[in-house]
Formats: sequence, C-alpha cells, structure tokens
Amino acid sequence: MTVDMSQFYQVFFEEVAEHLGAMESLLLGMDVNSPSIDDLNAIFRAAHSIKGGAGTFGFNDMTSVTHVLETLLDKLRKEELELRNEMIDVFLQAGDVLRTQMEAHQNGGDVDESIVTDVCQKLDELSGSKPAHGKPQLTAQDVAPVDIVPASPGVCYKIEFTPDEGIELDNLLAELGNMGQLEIIENGAGKVPPLWNLTLTTAVTEAELKDTFAFFVQPEKLHIQLFTDATSDDASYGFFGDMDSPKVEDDSSYGFFTDVAAPPAEEDSSYGFFTEIETPQVETTPVSKPSPSKSPVSAAAEVKTGRRETDKAGATSQADASTIRVNTDKVDLLINLVGELVITQAMLAQTAGDLDPVLHEHLLNGMGQLERNTRDLQESIMSIRMMPIGFVFSRFPRVVRDLASKLNKKIELKTVGEGTELDKGLIEKLSDPLTHLVRNSIDHGIEAPDVREAAGKDPKGTITLRAFHQGSNIIIEVKDNGAGLNRVKILSKAKERGLPVNDSMTDQEVWQLIFAPGFSTADVVTDVSGRGVGMDVVKRNIHEMGGQVEISSETGFGSTISIRLPLTLAILDGMSISVGNQIFIIPLTFISESLQPASTEIKTVSGQGTVVQVRGAYLPLVALHKVFRISTDIIEPERGILVLLEADGKKVALFVDELVGQHQVVLKSLEANYRKVPYVSGATIMGDGRVAMILDVAALVRINQ
Amino acid sequence: MQATQEAASADVMTNNEFLSFTLGKEEYGIDILKVQEIRGYDAVTVLANTPEFIKGVINLRGIIVPIVDMRIKFNLGNVTYDELTVVIILNVANRVVGMVVDGVSDVISLTSEQIKPAPEFGAGLDTQYILGLGTLDDRMIILADIERLMSSSDMALVEVLAA
Amino acid sequence: MAKTILAVDDSTSIRQMVAFTLKGAGYDVVEAVDGQDGLDKAKAKSINLILTDQNMPKMDGLTLIKNLRGLPQYKSTPILMLTTEAGDDMKAKGKAAGATGWLVKPFDPQKLLDVVKKVIG
Repeated sequence: MTVDMSQFYQVFFEEVAEHLGAMESLLLGMDVNSPSIDDLNAIFRAAHSIKGGAGTFGFNDMTSVTHVLETLLDKLRKEELELRNEMIDVFLQAGDVLRTQMEAHQNGGDVDESIVTDVCQKLDELSGSKPAHGKPQLTAQDVAPVDIVPASPGVCYKIEFTPDEGIELDNLLAELGNMGQLEIIENGAGKVPPLWNLTLTTAVTEAELKDTFAFFVQPEKLHIQLFTDATSDDASYGFFGDMDSPKVEDDSSYGFFTDVAAPPAEEDSSYGFFTEIETPQVETTPVSKPSPSKSPVSAAAEVKTGRRETDKAGATSQADASTIRVNTDKVDLLINLVGELVITQAMLAQTAGDLDPVLHEHLLNGMGQLERNTRDLQESIMSIRMMPIGFVFSRFPRVVRDLASKLNKKIELKTVGEGTELDKGLIEKLSDPLTHLVRNSIDHGIEAPDVREAAGKDPKGTITLRAFHQGSNIIIEVKDNGAGLNRVKILSKAKERGLPVNDSMTDQEVWQLIFAPGFSTADVVTDVSGRGVGMDVVKRNIHEMGGQVEISSETGFGSTISIRLPLTLAILDGMSISVGNQIFIIPLTFISESLQPASTEIKTVSGQGTVVQVRGAYLPLVALHKVFRISTDIIEPERGILVLLEADGKKVALFVDELVGQHQVVLKSLEANYRKVPYVSGATIMGDGRVAMILDVAALVRINQ
Repeated sequence: MQATQEAASADVMTNNEFLSFTLGKEEYGIDILKVQEIRGYDAVTVLANTPEFIKGVINLRGIIVPIVDMRIKFNLGNVTYDELTVVIILNVANRVVGMVVDGVSDVISLTSEQIKPAPEFGAGLDTQYILGLGTLDDRMIILADIERLMSSSDMALVEVLAA
Repeated sequence: MAKTILAVDDSTSIRQMVAFTLKGAGYDVVEAVDGQDGLDKAKAKSINLILTDQNMPKMDGLTLIKNLRGLPQYKSTPILMLTTEAGDDMKAKGKAAGATGWLVKPFDPQKLLDVVKKVIG
C-alpha cells in the first residue's frame, strides 16, 4: 500500500515549531553554571522528537542537524560535558537552522547550506567528535544510541526469583549492584509469592551469579536467563520470544530459557527476530567468557531509576490531548454566522418591542432569554480566536539576548501579562511592530553600561513588555529605563528634515514626530535600527489593525510606548451617525469628543477651508455630506454635530447630521465582492439588515492634504 | 480575436444552458452555471463616488454584495425600481455580484448549430464580451461572457491593477 | 472482527501516520499520546497489538510495557517498541521489560505494515 506522507507534513511542521519554541525558551532560561538536568532532558527530547519525525517524513536535512544537536545534548544531560555559554549560542543557531529548513520544506525557498554546515561543525567540535565530512550524513543505522549506559564489559542477564520468606534483600541487591549494571524491573511488591524481576549487565559468570543468590533464594525459585542479541546489530526491527507460542512466558517459572540464535531468513537485513526456545537447564554459556570479579561498573540501581523519574518530569508541554486543531476558516464561518444571529435577534427584538408587554409576556420573556443566549454564544465563539499574547512575547528573550550582546549592553527583559488574550489575527500582525519597538529600545533606549553607571543607574537596563485589558481594548507596553527621548535632538532633526515644528510644541507633539516617515535620531546609523524606516511603519501597521500608538518619555528615566488595540478584528465598538438618509459607523477609538458648535466658532480660512475653534485650537472641519456627496438639509455646522476625530496625531472635526447610537458591529469585508471605497474601511450589517459603511478615519484626517 | 472566440464557443458547447433576460428590446443569455439566484430589488446602501450604474451594496445573508444596473450601464430599458425589478445574483470569478435587468425570460438550451459568431457591430455590449448569437425560433439571443464582463475594468467592480 | 492496535506516540504526526497506515489495512486503531494515556486506553479496551514509542513525556515506553505486562489481560499480548534507539542496550531493556519486538524509527508505512502482519496477521 502506498501512503501519501505529505498529508502529515502540516502536523509535523506544527510540532516542529512547538518543539523549537520550547527548546528556545528553555535554552534562554538556562543557568549556564548549574543547568537543570530536567531542562536538558526536555531540550534533548524536543530535538529527538524532531529527528524522529524528520526521518519518518523524509526531511533528511533536518535529521542531519538534529542528529549532531542531539549528540551534544546527550553528552550534556549525562554530564559527560559541562554546559558552556557558547553551546547555548550554537543550540540557538541550530534551532534557527532547523526553523529555516522547516520553512523551506513548508513554503519552498532556499536554505543557506554554508550556515547549516557551520552550525553542524560547531556542534561537532563542542561535542568533541570530529566531523568526517562537512555535512554529516545520517542513516537509520547510525542513529546515536540514547540512554545507553557506559559500555560495560560482559553480558546481560534477566533474573527472576522468589526470595525465601523473611529474608532481607538489601545485601543481595548491593552485591549485585557491585557486579555491574543492575535494574530492578519488579520488586516483588503486590504479588504472592513475591516475584522479583531484574536485569544485570555484568562480567560475572552465571555460576558465580547463582552462588550469590544461594543465600537468599532456593535454586528452584531462581531463573537466570542470558540474553544476547541473535540478530545483526543493524536490524531495524525484531521480536523477542517465540511468535507462535507466546504462552512460553507463562511457563517460565519452570526451567531456563536460553536465547538461540535464530534470525529468520529475511532478505531485508534491517530487521530480525529473537526466538526463545525452551531448553533444559544445562550449559548456559555466555558468549564471551569474561574474567570474573572484574566489574568496576558503577551505577547503583536506585540512582539510575531516580534519574529516569526526573527524565519523565522534565517533559516539555506536549500537545494536550484535550485540544483540537481547527482550520481558522471554520472559526471565521462560525463568527460570521453568529454575527448574523445577533442581527436577526436584534431585528426580532425591535419588532417585539412594539408589542403589548402584558398580552405578550411569554414571548417577551423568551426574547430576553434569546438575547442573553445570543450574547453568550457570541462571546464564546469570539473567544475561540483568542490567544494569549505570550505567543508574541516568547520571541523577545532571544531578540534581547542577541542584540544586547551585539551592542555590548546589559539588558534584562521582563514580561508581564503574557496570559492576556487577543485575536489570533492581531497576534500575528503584532509581531513585527513589537519587534521593531523592542529593537529600538535596545539600540536607542538603553544606554551602554558605563554611561548608565556614570548616571548613577544600574549598569543593567530593563525592558518591560506588559499587556493588559482596558475595557474592550488591550494595551501592550514596551517600556525601558533608558535615556528617554531627547526633545532637543528630535526637534533639531525635525527642522533638518523640514518638518513644520516650533519650540513651543508640547512633549507629546514632539514625541509624535518620531513617527514621521524617514525620521531617525540615531547618531550613527547602525544595522540594528536607525535605518530610517521604522516608527512610521510601526504606526501604520498598528493603525491598520485598528489600534493606536502612544509615547510617554522622561529624559534620563526611559520611555514607554503603548499600543492600544481592539480585542478582536471581527468586532468593533462604533458610533453610528447619520447624514441625509444614510447611516455610517465611526470606530469609537478615534473619537475624542462630540460637540454642537456655535456659529461664531466656525471660521473660514482664506475662503477655502473651514475650521472650528475648540478650546483655543483650530481644527479643520470636514463635512461628511460633501465627502460622500449626500444630499441633506443640514448644511450649516451649527445645526448638526461635530465629531472630533484623532488619528496619526492629526485632528479633524467631522460634521454630520446627528449621532444615532453606540453599538458593537461585526466587521464585514467590502472588498470580498467589491473593491476598496475611498474613506471607507469596511462595512457592517445593522439591526434592520441594511448595510452601513464604516468610516476610514485615518484617511479622513488626511483629506485636506 | 477570432481564436479566442472559437475557444469561448467551444466552452459554451459544454454548458449549453442559458438564463435569458431582457434589457430594453434586446434579449441576452448567460451561462446558467454562473447564476446563483434571482431575487427582487431591495433597498441598497449607496456608495459614494461610484459610477451611476453601481447602485450600491446589499446584505445577502451576511455577505456584502454590490449591485450593478445593466440598464444604466448599457443605456437600455426603463430605469425604474419596483416590486417587478429583478436582480440576478451571479457567481463570477470567485465573487458574488448582483445585476439588475428588465426581466428574466427563461432557461434555454441551445445546440452548437444554433450559436453563430457575433458580427462586428456596435451594440450596447462590446463584442469582446459576446460569446455568440443564439437563435431560438424567431428569437435572437446575445450570449454574453458574463464572467469576463464583470471582471473587466469597464464595470469598475474589481480593483484594477496598476500595470 | 478487525483487530485493534494501540498506537502510543507523543508525536502527533507520526501517530497519525501510523494510525492512517493501519486503518488503511483494515485494523482498528486506538491512539494514545504518552505512556500513561496508553496504559489508560489499554485498560479501557481490548487491544490485540501495542505499538509504542520509547521517549515520551509522563511515562516512557519501557515503563508502559512493564505496566502492561503486570496486567493479566496483557500478559502475552504482542508489544512492539518503535524506537530510534536500536542499540543492544535498548534491546535488552525492551526485552527485559517484556516487549515482543522492536521496529527502528524512521520506518516507512510498508515496513510497519509488514511487521504488524507478521505479528497479528
């Protein structure tokens, strides 16, 4: 049968991404001086899992890298090597290489082989093995044996026995432990008569072994079985025991078994069988006669089992069996459907509102119930798309570590509120702008250690990433305790660039200047930031997500950049306004206030633009009926309402007929079946089933330019 | 030009069922498989700064669908909106578009012999959007390449890529 | 009646591949994500063959096998270890724990099916 392996690739890629993420966060949290064995085991297991999957699905390049990675990790977790900082660096690089390789498999694209070779070489060097050739080739057979004990001379015995009643076994076990590698499989607990089951890898002969047991166990209650692998070592599979008579096991309490070399004549040398055949208890000769009593193999059984326990405890968080992966299209369909339901419910409620509450008590009660259920359902469905922001935050320890060491700065990263949830779509889009802000803080915000010390500050700077909910928004802050923004420098730079500035501008206005396209105050243009593209792009990205960026800064104490975002892309808090017979929605986040102007406050400027005076400041007035060419009776601003809008640091007064109400609306795409409409960012469906346009405030504030 | 028309005709032969509708005195036919449904004219939400024939958008079970009035676009028929006004909801080029026509006649089947290439003539519809002329009894049906028409820059329904 | 196979692996992709392959050959497949889950599922259902990974969180393959062998109903049920570690030591441990045999990872679906057929037909 042929199985199309490609159908499992996506799941594999997701697994790899999870493992790499887990690996990275463990590596970054690792204390080089006293690394936790649990963590090393967890990292090892992640690498190991990637290798297993990559091998199975034929991504041999990834198998090669994980192989060398695993080799070094294995030595570390067995404490054969000591962890060094440079190892963590190389591990992180190896993680990057694996991610690149995975992405190349996933989306196509090239992997820079020289980087792969370089990382593999470094790993090889660190683990003390010399690479045979530039890039290690791997076959199923030379997979590094894991969990193997230091090569012990001798053979492995399987020992089953029932001790004499009332006998202390401590001495026996200690003696066996001294003979070699002892593992207790069953310790007789819970069985009558108590049955012990041990394996012992030792150089001692079977006769000597029996002597050891003589004081503790009746000879007929002792079964020693020697196993030697009958098949060739490169077998990829095999069986222990006789397939045709598995019952042999049941009879094992009588007599001895000796493994007889009986590899089945398979043309495929990659697997083989073990066959146990019942033989009388005669000469059971070890394959090689080891010299007696020379068994300096250490390792007491207890220590070994102890390690195995921690091994298990160190498990990385695995895909929880209680979660399922669902295509986001399905979730979006649900969101759409529930949006429809909300509208239908609103329509029904409107109709029912006209009914006599006494005559239709039952119906109206039912309507109330329906409204609650609908709202709960909507909330639950929206929450499906929600993800903790920790998904974005988790990449920053690495960013900070890499950049800080590159710039010779000492920086500690703190994260607060990783569990704060927001829409998955927003999470994905947040990554780039946040990265930019963090890089900026590292590059421009935090000073060099000597500068900090001279200023009486801790030479180690702190960058804090913080997320929290505020109403239906989420606020994400990037805060540093660095030098703060330099007002003088920004102003002079702005003048240089020909931006309209003056010295009486408020701090807030000055800070906003850094969002101007091409603005950079870095004295030296580094390759970290300060390339002149940046803050304007950050601001644009955030705006496209329906959010806003704010800055606060204090010279000498640092800066905080706050991003304010709606919780979800699909629902928006809006103010509905009317012009003529049409309804429009303005996203609430852009509205600073609404007012009814006096005619004296409206001025025209040189016969063209109209401005309105609000508390001493003049704001350009934009008449919505003119923008959309709608006929309305209300053409004098003092008869209508002015909605003060703010976006991109610009303010306008939008002149509309009247405010209708405030509601949550479900965003609908206009572009799915039509195209972009100027000054409109999307559409929604109102309670009466009609379509209303959502205004593009960012475009409206630029209308006069 | 000739070659593309032949190719298009070949395509027509595989699906030879057409929905016919009238615009003024002319009768048009479009591939029945492009038609999603037929419905009455609902109030539309007007879009600013659009050509006159784009009436606006409607809510079609939760999706926003633009409505174009072919009578205005091709200057045919009487432009009135009442309970008899018909909107054909089309599914073309992965988009849903509503099209106002004078009236829907019927679904007709045409054999390839009944379809003749369109002569070069100045009708309301540019010949590049005409697949051919169908003849049924004494009726002449203009077979429109509705997908091509609706995706064209003429209809201003899709974003025209800056070349 | 179709024979039931328990596939224990913490890697979803590999587990899915194993399950898909075996189901395609007409077996019933029960999936488990680690040793503990495997043990629970083995207790809850009657299983004809167990395929288990070694390196898993919560409970590894060897411990699972030892636990299964302690259950009367799984005294002689075939158990195959799917492992990347094919060294003698691992084989010895597998055998001591009570495994019936082993299959080295990576393996292709055909190989898996061949081996499974040898064991339970």
